[in-house]
Amino acid sequence: MFRRLAAVTGLWLAFTAGSAAAQDTDRSGKLLLTGGVSSVEGAGGGGLAPWALITGYGSPGQVGANVHATVVDLPDYQFRSGGIALGLQDRLELSYARQTFDTGATGASLGLGQGFTFRQDVLGAKLRVLGDAVYDQDRWTPQVAIGAQWKSNNQPGVIAAIGGRDHEGVDYYVAATKILLDHSVLLNGTVRATRANQGGLLGFGGDRNDDYSLQFEGSAGVLLNKRLLVGAEYRTKPDNLGFAREDDWLDLFAAYAVNKNLSITAAYADLGDIATFEDQRGLYLSIQAGF
Amino acid sequence: MRSTFAFTLGALLVLASPAFAQPTPWAQPGETAIDPYAVDNANAGAEPLAEGAVFEAFGGVEGVSRIIDDLVDRSVIDPRLEEIFKPTDLVRLRRTLKEQVCFILGGPCAYTGRDMASSHKDLGVTTAEFNALVENLQGAMDAAGVPFRAQNRLLAKLAPMKGDVVER
Ligand code: HEM
Repeated sequence: MFRRLAAVTGLWLAFTAGSAAAQDTDRSGKLLLTGGVSSVEGAGGGGLAPWALITGYGSPGQVGANVHATVVDLPDYQFRSGGIALGLQDRLELSYARQTFDTGATGASLGLGQGFTFRQDVLGAKLRVLGDAVYDQDRWTPQVAIGAQWKSNNQPGVIAAIGGRDHEGVDYYVAATKILLDHSVLLNGTVRATRANQGGLLGFGGDRNDDYSLQFEGSAGVLLNKRLLVGAEYRTKPDNLGFAREDDWLDLFAAYAVNKNLSITAAYADLGDIATFEDQRGLYLSIQAGF
Repeated sequence: MRSTFAFTLGALLVLASPAFAQPTPWAQPGETAIDPYAVDNANAGAEPLAEGAVFEAFGGVEGVSRIIDDLVDRSVIDPRLEEIFKPTDLVRLRRTLKEQVCFILGGPCAYTGRDMASSHKDLGVTTAEFNALVENLQGAMDAAGVPFRAQNRLLAKLAPMKGDVVER
């Protein structure tokens, strides 16, 4: 697993090595962790859910950018994600992530073949529309952002065979984030309209339900010091496919900002049943580099 | 006894130096005089904390004083901020900042400075610079051993001032 992680991260090392010399870390205009970390779909957030925070350390008048590599090692599968994200003026976020869902030995039992892999590209855009999670400490109103994720899966044939309706789809979401500095607490709630099965890795819409449904994603964390945020996330999901039950996702995470150029997130993720294989729980490890 | 002495000393000073008969907050000895303004604790820009525990965690008046001196020392040599602070009367800045933080933490201090909007008018402070100052404050509080949660109680009071301090 770590060898695979290293391979994916080689890309961003090359990317950041060039800019690191020219980039004075301290000129980055935001406080540690106030851009969140990289979620599995590439947006700035927690591990599983996008937050209203704009990724990176760019303040108004600045640009922030980062790359990430994530691995979730499950009993019967391995999920990987790598991507890049830009935060413009602490206002607009653009992201791209390539997700890989590796069925490994499980692929054979599913009749897909050993090492069968689903791949999905996710293009994301997020706009901060209201409030400020960090500075609005004198009122209860959160920072609110709206976003969309365009997803395209490379396995239309398999998706059709398991009852999925499309291999492409768009998720829309509204996220609200509040940092309660008084209590050193971060809260996020996201409502997502989606047709995605397992986030889109098993396509969009299905034989049981083909409509958009509203799903809720909640995150709560405590800042233990200015570098370390620990917390939990819960993400509800649709259950559109007849052949296998789809479960909600949850995790317990610790996000550590080494500095403004590097953060590491480790989590214990419970992704429930996936494509008839039960209790997919395992280690989530993500590394993010940028400015 | 002590207050009688202070009173007598004060009275003597008043008699001895009529020019400073009433040392005003805008014309303190050792500071550059500025235009008069209405003195009011409300100028501090935040309500004081009700309980004393946080002020204790900062080490009281002494602790706050040391932390603010450290904050100013860090900021005037900080490449991100040094330009802005070059023309500043640091004697006055240190005094008013100490008063302000002591007052906000619920300490036995009155704030005699100007409000945040007029203090920072036309300085052109950016969000990045605001955060740079917060980082220096975090550094000073860390150095003084102020626990993280107590630090955040103060930062929660200062954060909303961004609207008055930042102009671009
Ligand atoms: C919450 C954050 C801040 C607080 C509580 C604060 C507080 C103060 C206080 C109490 C004064 C003196 C007021 C007076 O003279 O009556 C002052 C002046 C000043 N502040 Fe701030 N300040 C903050 C942020 C900043 C930032 C981010 C900068 C620049 C990066 C800055 C630059 C200055 C300068 C240059 C002066 C002197 C202005 C003059 O000489 O007239 N301040 N500030």
